[in-house]
Order: sequence, then C-alpha cells, then structure tokens
Amino acid sequence: MRIVSDNKAGVSLATDVGAFVEPDYANDEMPLSIRGMTVSYGDKPAVFSLDATFPPEAMTAIIGPNGAGKSTLLKAALGVIPRVSGEVTVFGEPIENTRNRVAYVPQRASVDWDFPTTVIDVVLMGLYRGVGLLRRFTRAQKAKAEDCLERVGMADFKDRQIGQLSGGQQQRVFLARALAQDADLYLLDEPLAGVDAATERAVIEVLQSLKTERRAVVCVHHDLATVRSYFDHVLLINVRKFAEGPVDTAFTAEHLHATYGGRLAATHLNQLDLAGLPA
Amino acid sequence: MTPFLEALLLQSGYNASLVAIGAGLLGFAAGTAGTFLFLRKRALVSDAVAHATLPGVTLAFVAMVALGGDGRNLLGLLAGSAATAWIGLVLVDWMARRTRLSEDAAIGAVLSVFFGIGIVMLTVIQTMSAGRQAGLESFLLGSTAGMLFQDAVVIAIGGSLAVLATYVLRRPMTLVAFDPVYAAASGYNVRQIDLAMMGLVMAVTVIGLKLVGLILIVAMLIIPPVTARFWTDKSAHVIWYAGAIGGFSGYVGAAISASARALPTGPIIVLVAAALFLFSLLFAPARGVAAAIIQHRQFQRRVHLRQGLLSLARSEKILEPYTIRVLKSEGLARADGVPTDAGRAQAAKIARDERRWEIAREIHRDVGLTGRYDGLTPIEDVFTADEIAAFDAHLGGPVAV
Repeated sequence: MRIVSDNKAGVSLATDVGAFVEPDYANDEMPLSIRGMTVSYGDKPAVFSLDATFPPEAMTAIIGPNGAGKSTLLKAALGVIPRVSGEVTVFGEPIENTRNRVAYVPQRASVDWDFPTTVIDVVLMGLYRGVGLLRRFTRAQKAKAEDCLERVGMADFKDRQIGQLSGGQQQRVFLARALAQDADLYLLDEPLAGVDAATERAVIEVLQSLKTERRAVVCVHHDLATVRSYFDHVLLINVRKFAEGPVDTAFTAEHLHATYGGRLAATHLNQLDLAGLPA
Repeated sequence: MTPFLEALLLQSGYNASLVAIGAGLLGFAAGTAGTFLFLRKRALVSDAVAHATLPGVTLAFVAMVALGGDGRNLLGLLAGSAATAWIGLVLVDWMARRTRLSEDAAIGAVLSVFFGIGIVMLTVIQTMSAGRQAGLESFLLGSTAGMLFQDAVVIAIGGSLAVLATYVLRRPMTLVAFDPVYAAASGYNVRQIDLAMMGLVMAVTVIGLKLVGLILIVAMLIIPPVTARFWTDKSAHVIWYAGAIGGFSGYVGAAISASARALPTGPIIVLVAAALFLFSLLFAPARGVAAAIIQHRQFQRRVHLRQGLLSLARSEKILEPYTIRVLKSEGLARADGVPTDAGRAQAAKIARDERRWEIAREIHRDVGLTGRYDGLTPIEDVFTADEIAAFDAHLGGPVAV
C-alpha cells in the first residue's frame, strides 16, 4: 500500500485496493465504495477528491486528526450533506436503491437527550420505515426491538426516559436502534467517544458479532491505541486520503505521520505501531 | 344558573355556542399541530407565519373589491392570508439555509416586514369608502361578534384535516424533531417534512385568524404543547395532551368571554391556556417547580440517611441531630445513635455500594452519570448488571462491617 499523495477525481480504484480485495468479491459489489468525492463547507473542502472502498465481513476504522472530515465523509456518503462531486455505491448500487441495507449511528452529542421519548421508542425508530405511516407496531416488531436492547445489555432500561441515561447507555441505545434495522452495512460515527470501558466492550462485542454475521462495519474512530485490536482495515484521511488497506499494511508509522503531520509525537507513534497495545 | 355555567353548557344562545365549539376545535387542532413545532425547537416560526398572513388578508380584500365582489368573503380572505403566509415561510426557510443569517434573524426580518406591509395596507383600506365596514382590523386580535355558521364549518373542516395530517405524519415528524441527521441518513427528506410541519401550522393559523387573531394564535400553537410536556415523557402523548389542553382552553375561554359583556374571546382563551401552563409549571410531577422542591427535600433526607449509615459502617459517632432523627424514623438507629440490626445490615450494603460508586466515577467520567449519584438511588437502577460486575471485579469480596 502506498501513500496516495496526488489523488485526482475519477482515478480508478483498482491500483489502490487491489492489494486486499478478496478474489470472490467483484469491486463493484463492495458494501461501500466512494469515488472522487469532494465535500465542502463554503469554499473550503472538508473532504477532497476521495476514493475509498470498504470491504465486506470486516471492521474498518476511519482515522484522522480533528477536522479531517471523518464524520463529513460518512454523512456525505449517506447524502445527509450534499456532495460537490463524487459517486457512492452501496453493494454495487446507488445508495438511494440500497438504503434499507444501511444503518447509521450518529454521534451521541447530535441530539437533545431531554426529548420526550423512551429507550424502547428510540429503538423502534429503527423500524419506522418497515411499519409505514399508519400501521401499529406488531408484537414481533416490538419483540425484535427488545432483542436489540438485550444485545447491547439495556433490556432492563427499556421504559426509561432517555435523559436519565449515562453517555455510554445513550450510545448503546443508538446502536440498538441501528441493529433493529437489520442492515448489511453499519456506519458508526465515533461510537466509542467518551464512553466507559464496559460500554466500549459491549459495543465492540456487538460489532464483532455483526462481522461474523457477514455484515460490514465502518467506524469513525479516534483512539489510535485500540485500532489494531478492534479493526481489520483502516482508512487514513486528512481531507485527502493518505492510506487505506488492512491494518497490518496500512496502519504504519509512515502513514500516520503523513496523515497527522506534526500532530503526533514520534515516541507515541512508535509505541502504537511496535507494541500494538492491547485493549 | 350563572352566566358562565350557561355558556359552558351551550345555553347562552346560538352565537355563543358556535364560538365555544369553534374555539374548542381550533384549540385542539392548534395544540396538536404546534406540538412538533415545539419539539423541533422552532416555536417562533409560527410567529413569522402568523404576522405574514396580514398582507394576504388585505390584498385579497382589495382584489375582491376590485373584481366587483364582496370584499369580506371569508374563504377569499383566508386564501389570501395562506398565500402570503406561505411566502413568509419559504422566505424564512430560504434565508436560514442559503444566507449567513440564523433562523431567528430571518424570523425577525420576515415578521416585521410582512406585518408592516399589512398595517400600511390596512390603513389605506380603511380610508377607502368600500373598506369602512370591512372590519379587517378584527384579524389582528380576533372577533367573535359576527361569527357565522360557515366560520365554524371552516374551523371544523380545516381543524380536522390538520389533526388528521398530524396523526399521519407523526412518525416522520418525531424522527426529524429528535434526530434529523439519522432521519436524513435513513432516507427521509428532512426539508419536506419540515415544510409539511410548518404548512400544518400555517393551516391552523389561517383558520384561526378570524376567531383569535394573528397576534394570539401563536399562543394557541405553543402554550398547549409546552404545558403537555410537563406531564409526560412520551412524544406520542404530548400530541394528544396538547390537543386536549388546547381544546379545553378554547372552549372554556370562549364560555368565560360569553358570560360577560366586555371580555374579548381570543385573549381570554390564551389566559386560560396560560393558567394551565402556570399550574403545570408549579405542580407537574417530576418536571414541576413544587416537585423539584420536594425532590430537594427528599434528597437532603437521603444524604443524611446515607451519611448516617456510612458513619455507622465506620463506627463513627453521629453528631448531627437531623441525621439521628432520620435514622431513628427509619428504624435504623436508637435515639442515642446506636444502630439496630436493620441499621447494621443497611450500613454494610451502603458501604459496599459506596465503594462501587467510587469505582464507577473513576470508570464513567461523564456528567449524565455523576448527576445521578445521589447516594440513595440504588446502584442497580443506574448501571447495568455487567457494569456492576465490572466494578465488583475492582472491589474484591464483600466488606464485613
């Protein structure tokens, strides 16, 4: 894997991703594929001319310094914020056709937790598209929502007002809502930011079980110390892409230096890469 | 029977009954339609919409007179008000999204400009010969004097449609109000849902103009959901509670104003709603002011109880008389501060939970949680079983006291 230093829009992905594409998956059936994507706030690009491919049955971390465009990348790929340019395909099709196969977990801080709703009602929001405007939730759908809460260890909290939860519990509820969607591709924006160790374990356990169920998981991730132990693939970005690929080849000191510039201490870096710190 | 009771039982004559029923229906529709505006934190948009109706009313009057028709035709006036209200709404939305102005600045600009135009037009019309009897100024503060059967029918039909639309759109609107980013990522068109929500508010504003006037209709949209929020933690309930509060305020307010000669209907309706709001603010369980005071008292008692039990666990002498009183009233200690058997058992548990909390605070460094640390909330209520197991792993075995 090389550092992509001058990446133009529309450049073929084959040279970049060929190294890790498993032979039985054609490139265009990848869970998520982004080509030549540029997103800007005003005239300042937040994500510039970015190509990336997210492989199946794997956990991918999107890594980069603050303001690198990690969250923007996810939101623009989902069409939440407009793209200046770029194509996004999900399992080989435009995302508009495959939305029911994608579940998104936003940042916890993006909502008002004093909103009048309960834990189980938030999880049921994941089933809104299935139930339509007028029908009531069936017994099976309610049971499914409770199962999803059980998976994140929150079954006893189902009737709580959401404002009474700790940060980690809020994160678990958001994850349960995404689980209820029964998607094939999970996109999570900083699911481990500011959560306690028990929640971190619970979240990672769920995400790894998704992987074994042959689903793809993509996380915006901030903690370099845990990249090796949690993830299979990484995408290093700082507005542009700096590297992508399996953790073993792409998560290197060289690439991290390039991505973070002078913002990482060399000693810190060496420690990360050489020791591969345990969780 | 008193005049008020007569009015309440629809015995005050045809017009008063029409007004009471119309105001009740309008209040219900306004409460439900206003709920999502409140939940989306865009309550002030309704103010801009309401003020933007005035140029439409006056323009419609001029147009109808110019075409040789009756300038006071209600449907014509309402159509005109809806048209300019919609323009105002789209302008607010456009300014907030496309310019550097924030939404509140856009609301302020639209509100004052449209209202200014409307007042100028109104003044001009009143100097015209055809305009003298138009009574258009009643659209400012509402008027019930000349309420016709057709006015009530407009409110009944328009209000029912608005409530029905609120019911049909309740899930998308809840989702957009709670988590717009997730809604957009799930494929909902957030902008269209927002416009639909504001369109509902506009519809209720327009049908309510004649009765309560454009200045006070805002109160009927916002006070009921704000009041309802005090009584429930479920958004699905807020909608119907707000409808009930709005309907009650409308009906009772109209009855009060019908029972006395000089009481204006719109303002009385708003005052009834405000009274319900004030009552809720003070006395609602959990979210009210009184509940907060009681909770504080209970909190104080819990702190003393816990502190006393901790002292017992550490075999320290308790000096604070209030602490001893609390322990004694719970049967945990004698008047001289010596613990009972129950007191000893509780002290042991509290000492263990106290150590769990210490570890919890080390592990969970977030505000939501430290806020819940009040000493007597059982730790099992705050943390999941696996979280507590993690604390116990740090603790080692149970502690003997």
